[in-house]
Amino acid sequence: MNASCRHDVAAPPPPLAGEGRGEGVFTKKTPQEERALSRIASLDAMRPPPQAGEVKQASQQFQRIAEQRPLRKLTLRLSLFATLTLVAAPAHAFIAYVSNEKSNTVSVIDTDNWTVTKTIKVGQRPRGIEFTRDGKFVMVAVGDDDTIQVIDAKTQSVVDSLPSGPDPELFAQDAAGKILYVANENDNTVTVIDLEKRARLGDIQVGVEPEGMTISPDGKTLINTSETTNMAHFIDTSSRQIVANVLVDARPRFAEFKHDSSEVWVSSEIGGTVSIIDPRKHEVIGKVTFEIPGLRKEAIQPVGIGMTKDDRTAFVALGPANRIAVVDVASRKVTKYLLVGQRVWHMAFTPDEKYLLTTNGVSNDVSVIDVAAQKVIKTIQVGELPWGITIAP
Amino acid sequence: MIRWLAGLIGFGLAATSALAAEPALIGVGYLGVAATRSTLSLVEQPAENDGVAGARLAIEDNNTTGKFTGQRFTLEERRIKEGEDVVQAATALAEKNGFIIADLPADALLKVADALRDRGTLLFNAGAIDERLREADCRANVIHTAPTRTMLADALGQYLVWKKWSRWLLVVGSHDEDKLFADAIRRTAARFGAKIVQERTFEDKGGARRTDSGVTQIQRQMPVFTQQAPAYDVLVAADESEVFGAYLPYRTWDPRPVAGSAGLVPRSWDASQDQWGAIQMQNRFIKLNSRRMTPLDMQAWTAVRMIGEATSRTNSGDVKKVTDFIKGPDFSVAAFKGTRLTLRDWNLQLRQPILLVDGRMVVSVSPQEGFLHQVSELDTLGYDRPESKCKLK
Repeated sequence: MNASCRHDVAAPPPPLAGEGRGEGVFTKKTPQEERALSRIASLDAMRPPPQAGEVKQASQQFQRIAEQRPLRKLTLRLSLFATLTLVAAPAHAFIAYVSNEKSNTVSVIDTDNWTVTKTIKVGQRPRGIEFTRDGKFVMVAVGDDDTIQVIDAKTQSVVDSLPSGPDPELFAQDAAGKILYVANENDNTVTVIDLEKRARLGDIQVGVEPEGMTISPDGKTLINTSETTNMAHFIDTSSRQIVANVLVDARPRFAEFKHDSSEVWVSSEIGGTVSIIDPRKHEVIGKVTFEIPGLRKEAIQPVGIGMTKDDRTAFVALGPANRIAVVDVASRKVTKYLLVGQRVWHMAFTPDEKYLLTTNGVSNDVSVIDVAAQKVIKTIQVGELPWGITIAP
Repeated sequence: MIRWLAGLIGFGLAATSALAAEPALIGVGYLGVAATRSTLSLVEQPAENDGVAGARLAIEDNNTTGKFTGQRFTLEERRIKEGEDVVQAATALAEKNGFIIADLPADALLKVADALRDRGTLLFNAGAIDERLREADCRANVIHTAPTRTMLADALGQYLVWKKWSRWLLVVGSHDEDKLFADAIRRTAARFGAKIVQERTFEDKGGARRTDSGVTQIQRQMPVFTQQAPAYDVLVAADESEVFGAYLPYRTWDPRPVAGSAGLVPRSWDASQDQWGAIQMQNRFIKLNSRRMTPLDMQAWTAVRMIGEATSRTNSGDVKKVTDFIKGPDFSVAAFKGTRLTLRDWNLQLRQPILLVDGRMVVSVSPQEGFLHQVSELDTLGYDRPESKCKLK
């Protein structure tokens, strides 16, 4: 494997022509830098622990170049902004937690200077990750250890675990932060957990390979998507019974409510669409479709969805298409595609909604999107195969 | 009276939408031969339920979904012993089953297809990889989930060419199917610019596959058989009959890798495939069948899942309706291969990525990057529409 990695030919080619990561960065990298960077990124992606000293050094060098240049410009721009407006707005620092599926770690990112401040060792195959409602803890589903670990946000270390059932992947908590609903991929159930007592309250039988989980803003309806059954199951949270099943396109992975509760958006990874469901009628009332010139249809695999609080703009991660689609919620049309890292999975807004952070599985990094400008402004290297992300409330 | 009737209808509707009292029964037949073939490697020896075990899992998966759609799937298995009339068995199976999964040799499959044509039974060829079933001998009532020889050969060839191992020493067995696989390999070499530097034939002189004397002779025979070859990068073996292929790796005169029927092997599926959520299905399969999943299991699983996908999308168990939907432009199925699988409408062959495996790991998945196609990159594998001789009838 190593030999073939060093072999120039064996490294996968860089992104398609004109596809540098971090499109819309303040500075434009030279084509040479661009190529070298993406090659290093793919080398890193292919080789689990960095080994050969020379390659690692080169990698660090390129990383430095990559980081310094936008940073300098950023500082310049910020100070210019400050002078012009005479308002030295203090930067709002938020803390983002990123689960790294392959390296069994969680990276902690400080959004003030966009750096990784800590890497926390967790169980095997961390994926779904979310802050508790009070912001004191971070829960991370470690699927291969059949549990959800709890990280204390103060000490940034694992302090507890929850009885989740086998192979937990994604989960949702009720508005009060007392009940947790977990999708267990291996046994077609949703497990209900009392967060305070750390006790399992029961299971709900759903379709094959449950995955996506979300709760309606009023807390009354839980939505679970099952990947092989291709349905969104509507579950009454008080009776814990399925009240409706809505067929969507193949391999539904993620569900997101509009903040006004009028629609549920469900992404279908293999179907290549986002279905929009009326949660009262339990009907698909529209679909968002994607088309990117020069990219074959099969590469467009919608996964994570993020919606702004005013319900005007949705962001949809398109997996191996390496892009985030910006969708006008009213017209259900894509207005823009933002190039991010490779195989983009999930995303999280900063609480002020200025930035949107996306996890890029194959390129081992997180892209930072300026939400107002709809531009990618920064790329942060994290662990191997980053998957989920959550930001402190 | 009217109100009473309306109430009754309303009740009927409510009942169907919640949980249909009388689920629609959808019968699936499995038709195979009773004998299992003998392999050189003991660990590759197929189980007696090879194939049907995959169908059984898909029936379970379909029934989990069926709970929500009011459909219930059943599986009826029939194995043909030597000398038994295959048409008679197929006709009996078609009495109760509108869909039949077939693992039959090409001639037997054609006989069955022609006998069942007027009945409207839809056949799925899960076992035969013969090109002619999709070309000159194609049938409008046979869908192929098994890949073809040219798809397998092209998948391997693309990888070898990508590795720049473009000088091939081709070793062909003396049986008909070995020669057919060799034809496919020659075609691949010509398409992708590889060179077959020399061809050798390995005569099957009979003999047992297991002996107490073991490997001592083989260790001497194989180097002698492969010596004095012109310079080559990789030895490609065409040995579907399991006579010599598995004896080649590590025993060639020159230290060269082996591919084709041994070494790096192209397959529709492998027990080690764990990408794209496949781990969930592998786990379900092991739990149900107490063994690991083979390519034939997967080909049968996919066929039954195609039926389930179409019945849930059309909300119908009607064979004609389901057949039309599967053959129509909106059909696709998810099968843990990272992309949606669709049918080639000109010969009803399922498009699919092909795994390249070494017996322990998935080494790569074809189509390889850079092999482009105007319709689907999956059509870079095997005979494409312009070359096809198939006229569906």
